[in-house]
Amino acid sequence: MHRRRFTSLAAASAAVLPLARRARAADTLKVGFIYVGPVGDFGWSYQHDVARQAAEAHFAGRVTTTKVESVPEGPDAEKVLDELANTGHGLIFTTSFGYMNATIRAARRHPDVYFEHATGYKRAKNVSTYNIRFYEARYVEGVIAARISKTGLAGYVGALPVPEVVQGINAYLLGMRSVNPSARVKFIMVDSWYEPPKEGDAARAMIDQGCDVIAQHTDSPAALQAAASRGAHAFGEATDMIKFAPKTALTAGLDTWAPYYIKRIGDVLAGTWTSTDVWGGFNTGMLSMAPFTNMPADVAAQAQATIDAISAGKTRVFAGPITDQAGTLRVPAGQVLDDASLLSLQWLASGVDGTLA
Amino acid sequence: MLVNFLIAVLVGATPLLLAATGELVTEKAGVLNLGVEGMMLAGAIAAFSVAHGTGWTSLGCVSAALAGVALSLVFAVLTLTLQANQTATGLALTIFGRGLSALLGAGYVGIAAPVLPKLHVWGLSDIPLIGPVIFGHDALVYLALAALAGVAWGIRRTQLGLVLRAVGDSHDAAHALGYDVVAIRYGAVMFGGAMAGLAGAYMSLAYTPLWAEDLTAGRGWVAVALVTFSAWRPLWLLLGAWFFGALMYLSLFVQGMGVAVPSALLSALPYIGTIVVLVLISRDSRLIRLNRPAMLGRPFLA
Repeated sequence: MHRRRFTSLAAASAAVLPLARRARAADTLKVGFIYVGPVGDFGWSYQHDVARQAAEAHFAGRVTTTKVESVPEGPDAEKVLDELANTGHGLIFTTSFGYMNATIRAARRHPDVYFEHATGYKRAKNVSTYNIRFYEARYVEGVIAARISKTGLAGYVGALPVPEVVQGINAYLLGMRSVNPSARVKFIMVDSWYEPPKEGDAARAMIDQGCDVIAQHTDSPAALQAAASRGAHAFGEATDMIKFAPKTALTAGLDTWAPYYIKRIGDVLAGTWTSTDVWGGFNTGMLSMAPFTNMPADVAAQAQATIDAISAGKTRVFAGPITDQAGTLRVPAGQVLDDASLLSLQWLASGVDGTLA
Repeated sequence: MLVNFLIAVLVGATPLLLAATGELVTEKAGVLNLGVEGMMLAGAIAAFSVAHGTGWTSLGCVSAALAGVALSLVFAVLTLTLQANQTATGLALTIFGRGLSALLGAGYVGIAAPVLPKLHVWGLSDIPLIGPVIFGHDALVYLALAALAGVAWGIRRTQLGLVLRAVGDSHDAAHALGYDVVAIRYGAVMFGGAMAGLAGAYMSLAYTPLWAEDLTAGRGWVAVALVTFSAWRPLWLLLGAWFFGALMYLSLFVQGMGVAVPSALLSALPYIGTIVVLVLISRDSRLIRLNRPAMLGRPFLA
């Protein structure tokens, strides 16, 4: 379902860094990271690299890290993983969905190396998976959108109709409806994770259709910027994008991988690493929000209260009753949608305009 | 609503018009340069970096044109002087431009630069409907229209245009008359490069005022296709570009209305629709043969 590289497979100009970095001492752990894009994508890979640096600083002297950027998903990734394993890396993070099979195969060949694959679902004795509950941030954005919007109609620029994006659209609507029961959400899929001109056009089209708050589930700041040029409020994506819309940006869900990386590296150092599956939200520190800007203090306070409630488990994003667009009761009152259903989510809640074609 | 639609059409058509006008002149001289996309990207990063560094968007536009010219000169030297194959060289130029812009732009990702200012004509911009649609744009929107009009007039009505067409239709005859075929083609290719560079500047300073890899997203190819499918006629080129801009906007707008069409199909619509329409309006093969520069893509051996 996840990520990435629809546009620039050609960017296989992979800056393969000197992989063979000497360990400084015998007990130094070498940790490898492979990224699907350049660190300069200012989104997905950028956030992973921020976390890598934080982890290296945390274990100063005991851990060295190696990053390899713009690794194409597929067979090339396997070669890079072999190279990292052969040069003494004891733990390797593969940070895109498309590395799933390469990770599993490399792990089979290198049973003494631990692998961590982001956003996938295949695990092995030496392969863990980890992901972030991005939809929790969408719910908070929905709460803010409902308070800010004058029309009660908010827009969502989506990439592709995959479960992660569908979760986001539904969570955004449910967040809005928790404040304004008649709120509606429109969405446009731009058919790519990354195509800046179209991301901006999609935001403009929805503003022309009456949306006055725009959320984006695409990688560049183009949608946020286009909304700003029309004076509409908008949310950023993955990283703090406020400088692209200083007067209208509200906040952004931040992918915060550092706590997880620090914990897992610590596990390897302590010899307690086991294969796990982590899908962390606000409560694990893996998800946070950029500063609340361009909104009244009471709205910011309500947003923070929502984060706290989700963190504490008091608010469940996909708690029933939830009816889909056709009027079918998908989640009865008193129940919460389970993770398996979330990971294959393909229906839209009542209140979302448009269909998943 | 209508106003926003018309604005979206004008704005969406501008980069295509700029690039296609340049390519039209290049092809009229008998040279097929498929490197438009690469020259646009070079222009886009040049405009963005200079505008960011100096704070002057006008300087950014000038640098974009120069970057386009620089890349077009690479093409000209290879194909006109060294007689390399034009199709292959053009494709290589696109790949080169993409890679080069990604490399030079690596440090500019995630940075905001100044936006090309909109020209507000006092009084006129405030007229309802007509005001914002006609008078509320930045300079490049008007430059695109003016350049196309100028080229349309110049090709038909001036001596330079006549010489250009002669070189494109029969370089041997033009050579026999004493015209320097290679020099004239150099000029046409450089004009194409400058216009493609400006189209790139429009992308990174006005349309999507930021730098991101592959920012032009295939618009250079659309421009090349527009020139061919409009049968080298400026008016149809203009209509084709507007039509593409309209479909681009509508394909997203329709999705926002909740029409149940797969998003992948809708994103293909502008490309398919524009080509189908242009093929239909210019299906008169006699007209195409009359308009097609007879020497298009052929090397000139003096």
